[in-house]
Amino acid sequence: MTERLPARGLLDRRGALKTLGLGAGALAASTAMPGFIQAQSSAPIRIGFQVHRTGIGASYGRWYDRTSQAAVKRINDAGGINGRMVELVPEDDGTDPKRGAEVVEKFATQSKCDVAFGTLFSHVVIGSAPRAGELKLPYFVVSEGHHVASGMLNRYTLQPGITDVKSQVQAMAPFVSQNLGKKVCMIFPDFAFGHDHRDYFSKAFEAQGGTINAKIAIPPTETSFTKYFPQIPRDTEVIYHVMTGPAVLTFVKELGEFFGPSRPELFGFIDSLEAVDMSSPGLEFLEGSYMWEGNPRYAQADQTEYDKAYREAVGVDDNGASVSDGKDVSTYAHMFGCWETLNIIKAGMEASGYQGPDDRAALIEAVEAMTDMPEGMDHPQGAKRFNGKTHQVFGHQYISKVEGGRMNRVHTTSIEDTLYEDEVDYTTQSF
Amino acid sequence: MGRGLVLHLCTIALLAAAFFVLPAYHSGNLARIMVLAIYAMGYNLAFGYTGLLSLGHALFFAAGMYGLSLAMTHLAIPALPALGLALVAAGVVAGITGALALRTRGVAFMIVTLMFAQAGYLTALYFSEWTRGEEGFVIPQAMRNIAGIDLSGETGRYFAALFLFAVVLLLIGALVRAPFGRTLIAIRENEARATMLGYDVQRLKWIALVVSGMISGLAGAAYALLFGYAGASFAAVPYSIFPLLYVLLGGAGTTLGPLIGAVFMFYLIDLSSGLTDAYMLVAGVVLVALTLFLPQGILGTLRKRGLPWLP
Repeated sequence: MTERLPARGLLDRRGALKTLGLGAGALAASTAMPGFIQAQSSAPIRIGFQVHRTGIGASYGRWYDRTSQAAVKRINDAGGINGRMVELVPEDDGTDPKRGAEVVEKFATQSKCDVAFGTLFSHVVIGSAPRAGELKLPYFVVSEGHHVASGMLNRYTLQPGITDVKSQVQAMAPFVSQNLGKKVCMIFPDFAFGHDHRDYFSKAFEAQGGTINAKIAIPPTETSFTKYFPQIPRDTEVIYHVMTGPAVLTFVKELGEFFGPSRPELFGFIDSLEAVDMSSPGLEFLEGSYMWEGNPRYAQADQTEYDKAYREAVGVDDNGASVSDGKDVSTYAHMFGCWETLNIIKAGMEASGYQGPDDRAALIEAVEAMTDMPEGMDHPQGAKRFNGKTHQVFGHQYISKVEGGRMNRVHTTSIEDTLYEDEVDYTTQSF
Repeated sequence: MGRGLVLHLCTIALLAAAFFVLPAYHSGNLARIMVLAIYAMGYNLAFGYTGLLSLGHALFFAAGMYGLSLAMTHLAIPALPALGLALVAAGVVAGITGALALRTRGVAFMIVTLMFAQAGYLTALYFSEWTRGEEGFVIPQAMRNIAGIDLSGETGRYFAALFLFAVVLLLIGALVRAPFGRTLIAIRENEARATMLGYDVQRLKWIALVVSGMISGLAGAAYALLFGYAGASFAAVPYSIFPLLYVLLGGAGTTLGPLIGAVFMFYLIDLSSGLTDAYMLVAGVVLVALTLFLPQGILGTLRKRGLPWLP
């Protein structure tokens, strides 16, 4: 005992130091440890957002960004996903497939994202998807390309928030044949996008009893189109046009000069006029023509409460332009896909009880199990039907008529009009 | 063993070690950078050593890429023979291009090669039934293996890229030390004098362009094989400019300059894009500054200022 007395004194000092140290440690732990524990339970869910900030897709990317930010705000305001906030991690892919693949790698291995999401242009999707599959990163694309449903990609790539070009194009055929004419001349850019329209529409239109009387392919470098117009047969009742890029304004202007006041019916896709003001010089010739729209740019007379709230959340006015700048026209026909895809990621994570990267396969299985998606705030564009085997969603398409410089919806297709035979069953692929 | 060869072997050893040291993101980047460096090394043979300022090398890169990927996808040819086909495709395309373009020189050569590349790009778009044009297509993962090595896995991909990089580096290192390489440098320095000394300058330039095109095609094929995608965007004008930038940055006429340039450009874009959306502006300013202050590139300047032995 006596030997221990001095030691006890020493121990007392040490004990005091230890106590202080432990106290400080406990104090630190009281702030740091919960943080560590939170990292397991309530750290944000990170969604890698592959966005076209530069390159040819920049005008789409700007609006995809705004829409996604608005969707994430809504999700977080409602409590997040499984009690965790959602954080978008944007990276510019430069609208380039090589950079797109690099960005996906960054999401998976550096940014530690739970999933990747967002891109539009098909070549970026196709260039990135192999890396997403190899890195086992769920990759939710908003591209409208047929590449997902065609079976070209992999089990980790899904397109649950926007319909694909094949279903869009084939759904137009009944309306065109029943309302505009039976003899169609197709004018399209001479590359894959145009070839998809040529092949899918002509097959669907001929099945409706119509005839494609000419297929005029325009070389991608063309800047003037007048020399192609004499190839349009005289008995043409409808011109189906899908020109893209800046040349579309010249195309429409020259088509107007060629035909004057007596022209066949015109039917086109809004893709090339997304983010373009319909009052732009040269577009007057489109007055009275028909357009496919993925989602009507102009607020319609029978606008749903969902569309109204969605516009307000994203900051789009009744003319489809930014509420802060009427000249900043949105890509309204496509960008809803970001909103809806993020809501599907949320639903999938909640259904699978997603906690972290180990649950990625369960998340994909949960999304694959989805079928009907009712119209509502999660799906303001309209009801959808998801095909878990092909990883592709199907939904209503809209046809609008240009009247008085705005587009008024004249037809809504059924979902059944957009369906086609499965070309792949991704659920048979292993994870 | 010369100092140049030692440097090359050390570089290869360092790159091999890097896989085990670097985080996954950076080792993945390095695999891609090595493929791009192969492309730039091919370009360097034409531009840096022979003085042929081509603006059409994307044609050769794409010839290799499509040579491999079309053979694998449409003809179900395995990866290794497809790689051989890619080399043949790039060599033939470079041979035909060289036979015509080398009738010109200087600015005219730049324009003619640019036009050839543009024609190649449009051809890829036109035959979209096979190439899927600007969309491109995926090379099935199951086919991406050689001798049982899965090239879609991180390890297989990295060491396949390193193997190809090492082969090309050692080949170019040997080539430029050989009389053939010396003659190319002589042509670059003074073509009239080389002609007067009796060299068949036209034939040597053609051979240099064909070898350069085949190495570029090898890089294109390697990209498709290792990253699983082929598309027409790789045949477009920017992909003719990139190797020029890598070579100018790293040092034209240096064997390791293309690697240094590719690393520099890759991380310049990657890091600056994390800071600002105007990252291309940042990249542009840095490139202008480098051109002003290091006109011979990084290794070119080092060679001039104290390391004259740099290969």
